[in-house]
Amino acid sequence: MTTTLSLHLTRIVSQFPVPSSLFCPLSSAKQRPQLLKCRLGLRFHVHRCFFASPYATPRRCFSISASNSQGWDKDSDTSNERYDVIVVGGGHAGCEAALSSARIGAKTLLLTLNIDRIAWQPCNPAVGGPAKSQLVHEVDALGGEIGKVADRCYLQKRILNISRGPAVRALRAQTDKREYASEMKKIVESTPNLSIREAMVTDILVGKNDNVEGVRTFFGMNFYAPSVVLTTGTFMSGKIWVGKTSMPAGRAGESASHGLTENLQQLGFETDRLKTGTPARVDCRTVDFSGLEPQHGDEEVNWFSFDPDYHIEREQMCCYLTRTTNSTHQLIKDNLHETPTYGGWVEAKGPRYCPSIEDKIVRFQDKESHQIFLEPEGRSVPELYVQGFSTGLPERLQLPLLRTLPGLENCSMLRPAYAVEYDYLPAHQCFRSLMTKKIEGLFFSGQINGTTGYEEAAAQGIISGINAARHSDGKSLIVLERESSYIGTLIDDLVTKDLREPYRMLTSRSEHRLLLRSDNADSRLTPLGREIGLIDDRRWKIYLDKQARISEEKQRLKKTRISGGDLAAEITEVSGQPVRDSSTLESLLKKPHIQYKVFDKHGFGNDLLSRLDKECVEVDIKYEGFIVRQQNQLQQMVNQQHKRLPEDLDYYAMTTLSHEAREKLSKVRPQTIGQASRVGGVSPADVTALLIILESNRRRANEERRHQMLTSIVADANQEVSEGPLKETTIS
Amino acid sequence: MALPPAFRFLLRHLPQSTSPGSVSSIFPKLSIPVHRKLSILFSSSPKPTSSPPQVTPKATKENKLVFNKDERLGSGAVSCDESVVNSSTIAAIVTSLCGPPAAVGIVRLSGPSAVSIVGRVFLPASRKKRRRPDWRPVSHVVEYGEVLDSHGNVIDEVLVVPMLGPKSYTREDVVELQCHGSEICLRRVLRACLDAGARIAEPGEFTLRAFLNGRLDLSQAENVGKLISAKSVAAADSALAGIQGGFSSLVKLLRAQCIELLTEIEARLDFDDEMPPLELNLVIDKIHGMLQEVENALGTANYDKLLQSGLQIAIVGRPNVGKSSLLNAWSKSERAIVTDIAGTTRDIVEANISVGGIPVTLLDTAGIRDTDDIVEKIGVERSEVVATSADVIVMTVSATEGWTLEDEKLLERIQSNKSGSSSSPVVLVINKIDCAPSSAYDWVNTLSSSFNKHVFTCAVSGQGIPDLEAAIIELVGLNRISTGGRKWTVNQRQCEQLVRTREAFIRLKGSISEEIPLDFWTIDLREAALALGQISGEDISEEVLSNIFGKFCIGK
Repeated sequence: MTTTLSLHLTRIVSQFPVPSSLFCPLSSAKQRPQLLKCRLGLRFHVHRCFFASPYATPRRCFSISASNSQGWDKDSDTSNERYDVIVVGGGHAGCEAALSSARIGAKTLLLTLNIDRIAWQPCNPAVGGPAKSQLVHEVDALGGEIGKVADRCYLQKRILNISRGPAVRALRAQTDKREYASEMKKIVESTPNLSIREAMVTDILVGKNDNVEGVRTFFGMNFYAPSVVLTTGTFMSGKIWVGKTSMPAGRAGESASHGLTENLQQLGFETDRLKTGTPARVDCRTVDFSGLEPQHGDEEVNWFSFDPDYHIEREQMCCYLTRTTNSTHQLIKDNLHETPTYGGWVEAKGPRYCPSIEDKIVRFQDKESHQIFLEPEGRSVPELYVQGFSTGLPERLQLPLLRTLPGLENCSMLRPAYAVEYDYLPAHQCFRSLMTKKIEGLFFSGQINGTTGYEEAAAQGIISGINAARHSDGKSLIVLERESSYIGTLIDDLVTKDLREPYRMLTSRSEHRLLLRSDNADSRLTPLGREIGLIDDRRWKIYLDKQARISEEKQRLKKTRISGGDLAAEITEVSGQPVRDSSTLESLLKKPHIQYKVFDKHGFGNDLLSRLDKECVEVDIKYEGFIVRQQNQLQQMVNQQHKRLPEDLDYYAMTTLSHEAREKLSKVRPQTIGQASRVGGVSPADVTALLIILESNRRRANEERRHQMLTSIVADANQEVSEGPLKETTIS
Repeated sequence: MALPPAFRFLLRHLPQSTSPGSVSSIFPKLSIPVHRKLSILFSSSPKPTSSPPQVTPKATKENKLVFNKDERLGSGAVSCDESVVNSSTIAAIVTSLCGPPAAVGIVRLSGPSAVSIVGRVFLPASRKKRRRPDWRPVSHVVEYGEVLDSHGNVIDEVLVVPMLGPKSYTREDVVELQCHGSEICLRRVLRACLDAGARIAEPGEFTLRAFLNGRLDLSQAENVGKLISAKSVAAADSALAGIQGGFSSLVKLLRAQCIELLTEIEARLDFDDEMPPLELNLVIDKIHGMLQEVENALGTANYDKLLQSGLQIAIVGRPNVGKSSLLNAWSKSERAIVTDIAGTTRDIVEANISVGGIPVTLLDTAGIRDTDDIVEKIGVERSEVVATSADVIVMTVSATEGWTLEDEKLLERIQSNKSGSSSSPVVLVINKIDCAPSSAYDWVNTLSSSFNKHVFTCAVSGQGIPDLEAAIIELVGLNRISTGGRKWTVNQRQCEQLVRTREAFIRLKGSISEEIPLDFWTIDLREAALALGQISGEDISEEVLSNIFGKFCIGK
């Protein structure tokens, strides 16, 4: 009895830490139950008040009966807790999932192995980069958190690919590792509807209809919820390697999670293993930077978040560049037999885009030197991340290896490089909503699906969080089409393609990336975020105002004409093209090398627009031709590819498909024709054959429906005939 | 009395499927889930399914597909479309092209713009006088008229049979053009339709459309399914196998070059700070080189030009070497007057023949010599003009006289004339071999550098004429494309893709000259690689990625 009581108390406290709930800006509807709680203290009917809040849907009211006076005994029988959504794992996927789920209104529990490691950046503390920054912008446009935290905790920010086109322009931020984690932890802790608990989940509780009912922890607790999101990262049966020595661990110094893999296998899931690694950290006080090329941040800082409230500039730190030398290469060549790959004791291949230094040296023998970046991990710690220098060499060789790099001759190593092996679940076992096909209500996201990267994790996290909450509420699930976003492309690739290495987002993975730019992530996704309930009124107004400003400005540029003058002269000079009399500003902007800035310089700009607004206007006008062409191509493709495939197709019975196609399609079970055509081993002929089978099925169904309708009409008619005389009598 | 129950039926089922519709405003086609729900209700599977029963509720849960448009773009909302029906209009020759020419052949068009496309190429006889108004055919009423090419030249007289949807084979608007049965006529008419906006039909596509539009019943449809899958595999095979010689390897080479360039560029876009800078000049040179190759390929592979204008072959030579006899023998006619008197032919004599399916105009010219005869002089001048403008020059010499000084001079004149403009190939014909001993031809080998080919003929007996035709076919590049009837459509498709490739390269050149950022180059490079890949049936995205990883040292 008392134990149960205290459990409930802790939960309430953790849900609403008193100080934060007082200062937290909340909508009036949310405030009322909270204030009640503060005034009344921790008496039990408060609990009831909370669950009767406007957010509680009828389904969620089960807690009322569980905690009211009659249900009291029942509740004390079991040491169980009930939620709408349980998120397992507090990394970048877990945080986004828990936050979005709680913000939509689902009562959410975040289970993590170590609360102090929430949103930890175990590898490079950096957010963004090509394609990854688009993911961050998209998550932010939907109402996610990663962009805001990165904007708040950056050490350095740079725009990459600045002159290579608006679609590949990418923001990259070096972040303060500790600050990032603590900021995110604060947000998670202060979010209403969200509880945190340290626990190691070992079992998924499954109901009679293959639906998830909750999770069981190592210490025997059961937590119940109709939706469970697994974001286990590298922790499931994790094992770290330094040289030939290994130990079970999720990350250096943190124990792995055991038992869950076996449980998932028992439930019929296919698991496999992946490997990734992280380089050594050195003490920056022992590095001589004087001879190294510095890499400064941008003077004009850009932002991941579309919310201007988070655009707060701070002092930037510098990164440095060094290179491998002959002695680096020699040392590695002499000790190749000591590395896992070339020594032959680890078969799992690492990701191709993240090769170890020994891989680089063996595979690209003619390259005399490789670039190595030295990046700070925080403002208050001396740790430097040695980017591009991950290795599987034993620890005793790592320091001598580091010391072959210019500037690091006398360095001291703080943490050795290590590799980590972990279990993942090939994601063809998920729908594009990230719900598993086998167990209703069970969602996977992040590294468990075979990705790498905080951004990829966050992108999956927000989608699984949204869908977990919607599922627990009986709502339909959200699927982002491949063509709509990088998030959609990422998930489509994961669930469709046969991945054999950790998946990293790249711009070349998107077929229509010109339409999926950072600058239009908000106009692509914020309306959806609003509909889902993650974009509040303030954010929505900011969004609407921005769109209005941009479209008005485009109109203005279309209408304003100039003849001659300084502006025309400068444009002629810069673009090398003549300016005709009474040209519109729009036509001037389309000329080569002309940027909006020129208008500002000559007084033709619009002061109402921010720098970012102007960039949007510039992109829309300057590349209109390309954008419209891509849009048309997309439209044509979408018409063909978005045809839905029924879930229950028996591919093995389709004799007109090739054997390989039957096998692969049965495994992947694609949701659309387009997805089917992207499955490896499915030829265009198979797709045509599939279309024909679908059409035959549809015809057959139509026939049946017509038949059914006829029978029901006949039945109704008969009824009416029998009712007829009755009616007449009543009338008469 | 029948309607209300039907409505009631629908209403009974509607609320179920739309109940989770609180987000319906962003999902444009609410009717789709309704429809699907209905079909699920009445089990869409042919047999009682073996799948577990809980699949169905899961399936209905997954029914929200979000495709969000970019609000800033305003127009062009992209939404799912359940219909498989293509918006394109297809055209093909539907009568057999193999075997001897039939009296009548048919070009069929099907699709939403079939009528407007035919309206662009067809001039009804009844309205010939007036400037072409919109053609508004009455369904199933035959009209007589002419088909014009894009320049307004008459190609053929035809009967047009419009069959407006749904009363047609495909249930779309179908127009059939009944042309004269010769291959050339049919191909020209088809070409005109393609120019006017039609797309060449895939094998079996008319039947596929007929099926998809509900024209054929189920048993027929299943046969179609087998047919199509068999055919599209065959088509993919024959697309490559059917092309002989250099063409397929050229396409493969170009595609490989595109992918290599894409790799170079994309690697830099995704791994910005780890790559050495791109050597732009090299890239630009490569792109120009590829464009040139595509142009060349189009030049040789392009049947259109040959079909539309035909070939002009000028027969030139000294007087009395048998030029007119050659023309007569070649055209199997007595078109030119043949005498033993030198300088019989004073003006240009034309004869039309067909070589390898291509219309050829033979031009017999006056023997070129210095003369005082004023009429003959004009004839000689004309000969020279004709020789410079012909596509192929056949220089005729007499075997009995061998290579003479006059021949040498004549060759010089031809070469000096043609050096300025594009060089037409010159074939040396050694005529009258029946009158000379076969051992006396050593001089021919010494001349081989001056001529593209040489052929021995006897105009009187017709001996050597097939050799001459073969030489010409080879010279104009026809031999690189097979001349079989069915294969031709395959090549037409390849031509289309080559044109697409060329357009992409031209746009790319434009982007480069306007100094548009690197990323935009990939759009057209991809387009080019995709177009080339259509010929060989390969997809590119994975290839580029694995190339990046294979080729460059990247990653941190």
